Amino acid sequence: MIIEMNNISKVYQTGNVEFAALKEINLKLKRGDFVAIVGPSGSGKSTLMNLIGCLDLPTKGNYLLDGREVKHLSSNELAEVRNKKIGFVFQAFNLLPYATAFENVELPLLFAGVKSKNRKERVHEILEKVGLSDKMENKPTEMSGGEMQRVAIARAMANDPEIILADEPTGNLDSKSGAAIVDLFKELWKSGKTIIVITHDEKIAGQLPRIVKLKDGLIESNGYAN
Amino acid sequence: MRTALTMFGVFWGTCSIVLLFAFGKGITEQQIKDQKGMGDNIAIIWPGVTSMEFQGLPTGRRIRPTEDDVVLIKKKSSALSAISPEYRDGSVTIKFKKESRRRSLFGVWPEFGDMRNIIPDEGSRFINERDMAEKRRVVFIGNRLKEDIFGEEEAVGERVLIDNMPFTVIGVMKVKKQNSSYSGRDYRNAYIPSSTFQSMYSRRYVNNVVVQTKPEISMEVTKSQIFEIMGAKYKFDPTDRETLSIWDTTKGIAFLKDFFRAFRYFLIGIGIATLITGGIGVSNIMNIVLEERTKEIGIKMALGAKKGMILFQFIFETLIITGVGGVFGFLFAYGIVKAFPLLQLGDFVGTPSVDVWGSVMVIFVLGIVGLVAGYFPAKRAANLQPVQALKLF
Ligand SMILES: Nc1ncnc2c1ncn2[C@@H]1O[C@H](COP(=O)(O)OP(=O)(O)O)[C@@H](O)[C@H]1O
Ligand SMILES: [Mg+2]
Repeated sequence: MIIEMNNISKVYQTGNVEFAALKEINLKLKRGDFVAIVGPSGSGKSTLMNLIGCLDLPTKGNYLLDGREVKHLSSNELAEVRNKKIGFVFQAFNLLPYATAFENVELPLLFAGVKSKNRKERVHEILEKVGLSDKMENKPTEMSGGEMQRVAIARAMANDPEIILADEPTGNLDSKSGAAIVDLFKELWKSGKTIIVITHDEKIAGQLPRIVKLKDGLIESNGYAN
Repeated sequence: MRTALTMFGVFWGTCSIVLLFAFGKGITEQQIKDQKGMGDNIAIIWPGVTSMEFQGLPTGRRIRPTEDDVVLIKKKSSALSAISPEYRDGSVTIKFKKESRRRSLFGVWPEFGDMRNIIPDEGSRFINERDMAEKRRVVFIGNRLKEDIFGEEEAVGERVLIDNMPFTVIGVMKVKKQNSSYSGRDYRNAYIPSSTFQSMYSRRYVNNVVVQTKPEISMEVTKSQIFEIMGAKYKFDPTDRETLSIWDTTKGIAFLKDFFRAFRYFLIGIGIATLITGGIGVSNIMNIVLEERTKEIGIKMALGAKKGMILFQFIFETLIITGVGGVFGFLFAYGIVKAFPLLQLGDFVGTPSVDVWGSVMVIFVLGIVGLVAGYFPAKRAANLQPVQALKLF
């Protein structure tokens, strides 16, 4: 099991109000899984994804990532996990606005301490893979949504992580750009990555081998297609 | 954007403070220089009247120094660096060809010139010892007087008539700034050797005496010595300060220095206020960019940046920004200061000069403010979970 969550709860506190976004969830994912997380808005999909990606810590429960208990990791160890093991793709892209495509993709390599020459090679390689060799020096403001999301995916792939997480990666895109993104994920999956995608789009979810359905912070269904 | 804003804040703060102090210093120095136009460390002594009984002698006796007294004081006083009697005729006719003026004529010693900051212009000289010894009919004239009767023509070597007696012009005063005097501005006057003056007018008493103390000695010491010497000769109480009327110009300088010290504190006050304003500006800018910065920190952490890396980068960035802003602010102010004399306003404000250490301190303070204002929010953001940093705004 690459991901193993036992009785995971996440409670948000806003002032005096507590809100349980996840309620004692159990979830196990195998290496090489390709999972769609679906469910109505507010059901806790993003919350779950952020916990999986170590962008946030659970309020209660155990999360074993590749056999290691996440809550026992130091902040630097967590940083390393986020840097090397996980690639995160956000719905809002979250690119640095003043940096070029090249510089955005370079960031995780920089944090990993990769040497300048190797960084350059690697960035060129991935940007080519996502079909953006000619947009290397463009800033996010000079790109379309589909292009920005491909930069974000390239960035997530930079350190060749085992797990790729994408929170509604096609939510801000037209269907054609969305389809291209989905194709990219399929390719990555074929190369052996574990991929988890949140989506509202039934058509996209339907193409994936496994679907986890959330509702009100609980897993409603969880199973493989055929 | 935030880089530009912060940099501008530091630039502006540095620039205004450097300028403030440069001009403050220039004005101060110029005013002190003008005040010294009459002479450095000098006092003027006029006759007076005794106000205390002394060894049976009554009050109300007039004490009037003679040239012999001046010789005596010069011999006996150790505190003096120079002394000269000053005879004056307030209305003589000075004539060259068709031009003539009614002006003051002074009989003085050679050291009078240096002491009173009356410097001969190029190609001319002040009265010397031989003029004195030989009672030569030579005259040194103020620069305005020269213009009045000679116009653009060369004056040195020419003959003028002073009350119908021929005199040779030996020197013209170099233009100077003088903002105080006791018998008209020097540039209007004519000076001849006291010996020559006496051969024409045979005065018993001098009008006044000018003394200069050695720079390391207080004028008070000199004055006491003069009262002692004169008191012994004319039998009056040396503590009776009414016997001679003395204008101690060093008091004026001291006052001016005090005034400008106060002025300086005032400037420092403004400087600190400016610094605080600048600091508030810089920290406000830091707050404006906090949102952008927090989000950026969130993104970087999500991509695996370590806390230390983020903070290091932040500090480095701030230092560069303040450094560049400060250096440009300094250079800009420096440019203005250097270009300023071209405007020819030197008369009142003097020549501003830049205080390098003050500038370094300003840049340093603004840098620290920027760092503190930006560092803590950045640190707080870096201590959050990445998602919290991303969602903070
Ligand atoms: N930082 C937060 N503070 C308080 N409530 C939150 C926070 N983040 C999410 N929530 C709440 O938790 C619930 C689940 O949110 P989320 O996981 O984003 O849902 P989804 O991605 O499925 O739409 C929502 O009701 C949301 O309002
Ligand atoms: Mg969501």
